[in-house]
Amino acid sequence: MTSLLIARGLAIGGRLQPTDVDIAAGSLVALIGPNGSGKTSLLRALAGVELSGGRVVIDGEDGASAPPARRPHLLAFLPASRDLIWPIRAREIIAMGLPTDDPPRVDQLLDQLELRPLAARPVTELSTGERARVLLARALAPCPRLLLLDEPLSNLDPYWVLKTLQLLRETVEATGCSALVSLHDIDRVHSFDRVLLADQGRIAADLTPAEMLSSRELSRSFRIENSADGWRVSPPEGPRSSP
Amino acid sequence: MKPAYAILATALLVLVVLHLIVPLEPLLELRRTDPGLASLLVTEIRLPRTLLAAGYGAVLGMTGAALQALFANPLASPDITGSSSGAALGAVLGAYWFGVADPLALAGFGAGGAILALSALLLLAGRRSDTATLLLAGLAIALAAGAATSLMLALAPSPFAFYDSFEWLTGSFVDRSLPQAAAALIPAALACALLVRRTRALDLLALGEDVSASLGYLPRRVAIEVVTLSAIAVGACVSVCGAIGFVGLIAPYAARRLSRGHPGRALVPAALIGAMLLVLADLAVRFAPAGRVIPVGILTTVVGTPLFIWLVVGMRRRLAA
Repeated sequence: MTSLLIARGLAIGGRLQPTDVDIAAGSLVALIGPNGSGKTSLLRALAGVELSGGRVVIDGEDGASAPPARRPHLLAFLPASRDLIWPIRAREIIAMGLPTDDPPRVDQLLDQLELRPLAARPVTELSTGERARVLLARALAPCPRLLLLDEPLSNLDPYWVLKTLQLLRETVEATGCSALVSLHDIDRVHSFDRVLLADQGRIAADLTPAEMLSSRELSRSFRIENSADGWRVSPPEGPRSSP
Repeated sequence: MKPAYAILATALLVLVVLHLIVPLEPLLELRRTDPGLASLLVTEIRLPRTLLAAGYGAVLGMTGAALQALFANPLASPDITGSSSGAALGAVLGAYWFGVADPLALAGFGAGGAILALSALLLLAGRRSDTATLLLAGLAIALAAGAATSLMLALAPSPFAFYDSFEWLTGSFVDRSLPQAAAALIPAALACALLVRRTRALDLLALGEDVSASLGYLPRRVAIEVVTLSAIAVGACVSVCGAIGFVGLIAPYAARRLSRGHPGRALVPAALIGAMLLVLADLAVRFAPAGRVIPVGILTTVVGTPLFIWLVVGMRRRLAA
């Protein structure tokens, strides 16, 4: 296995304990965990958004010292927020992801994400789900080696959830890049090669999707358990008093 | 986009020439009677005024666009953020309390006041505050700086401070010398040239601070650079011409129509539009009744206030939708 991402000792005071992450080239990795478990903090630390102790190496290059001209080729970070303030056209938002003008690439993404009819509309006039697709296209635009996507499936309808997962799979297979994708819907982990479980600011488990869904760590972290009828809330822990 | 810039630049050039030669009659009269005096009138009296009107307008347009991009708010501008008021306070302190007469040193005091005001705004409102917080914090800073300026003038060693500062602080280009114009415009031009280099950083802020940081433009650093450069440019101009409102608010708004909404790419068109607006306003105040002087800052405020109200109503409608 060739590691595309090697991160060592990433830590953010109070939110992320010293964490190591390795991701192989061409792999799709899910990042799950309860609210406040440190998923976003880990993605932000990897993206260099927040200063964290430790080191991030992407495709052999030091993530922290890469200059602005190089960074779009190395990584793209998609934050969970879909808020945009300026009324910039959808097409132009996608083009902003590219370091140089490349209209054919923008056209390709408009087609892949079925955004042609919205291309000339200001993003402030789009629905949250439509904006989510535009912003995902912006992140995919420069074909970065590492995609760090914070909840890209939120606000999407079922068609677009499946379509986005399919597009991510095609992208990693075609370009050999990798993606680390945080998710809330744990049933979607089947579409990924590996699943990381974040809990209390650390990676509590690193398993295949099938292993993860039946793991004790997952049940403990989320306080849910698998039953014949699907997921249900675990009974409260602690000694039970007998009548 | 490029032809629009060429049209703007040509229109500005026409206005600048008009500004230099209007009113034409005394100039023609002097050329007949005393050609030397005529050229002196143009170079010593009209040229500094034209340069200041165009240069200050460009500074207001560009810094307004930069501050709007930085604060992610179309209402941020040198006047609304309190930086013009801070610059005026700095200049008044320099002139009346420290006895500074050198225009360049006075520009330094103006820049210092503007930096303090913008730093206070960043502390009070944060970089990406909502409109209400930004406006309230800016209002508080402008009021505090205005009151402090009045107090400093009232207590100034010179008993005439209040009287002489009126025409200066309400914004005017009348009777400024070439060295004064140079003291305002050379630091301002340098600051603006460096601001233009932050175009991409300011555009990327439109995608959010996290995206901008992930692409290597640390928002904190961009904020420090933009605030410092804007304060230098505005402070230097205010120290020579006083505070002028609304140009820094309106010009970027119009410029973003040309930059297709991109806040960073609006910097240069905003400078061109700002220069045009202020040259036009200073041409208009020449039609004041004979013997009366209307400071250009009063005119921009009278014209700008309804536009500002229209912007606020528009924002309210959008938020309600």
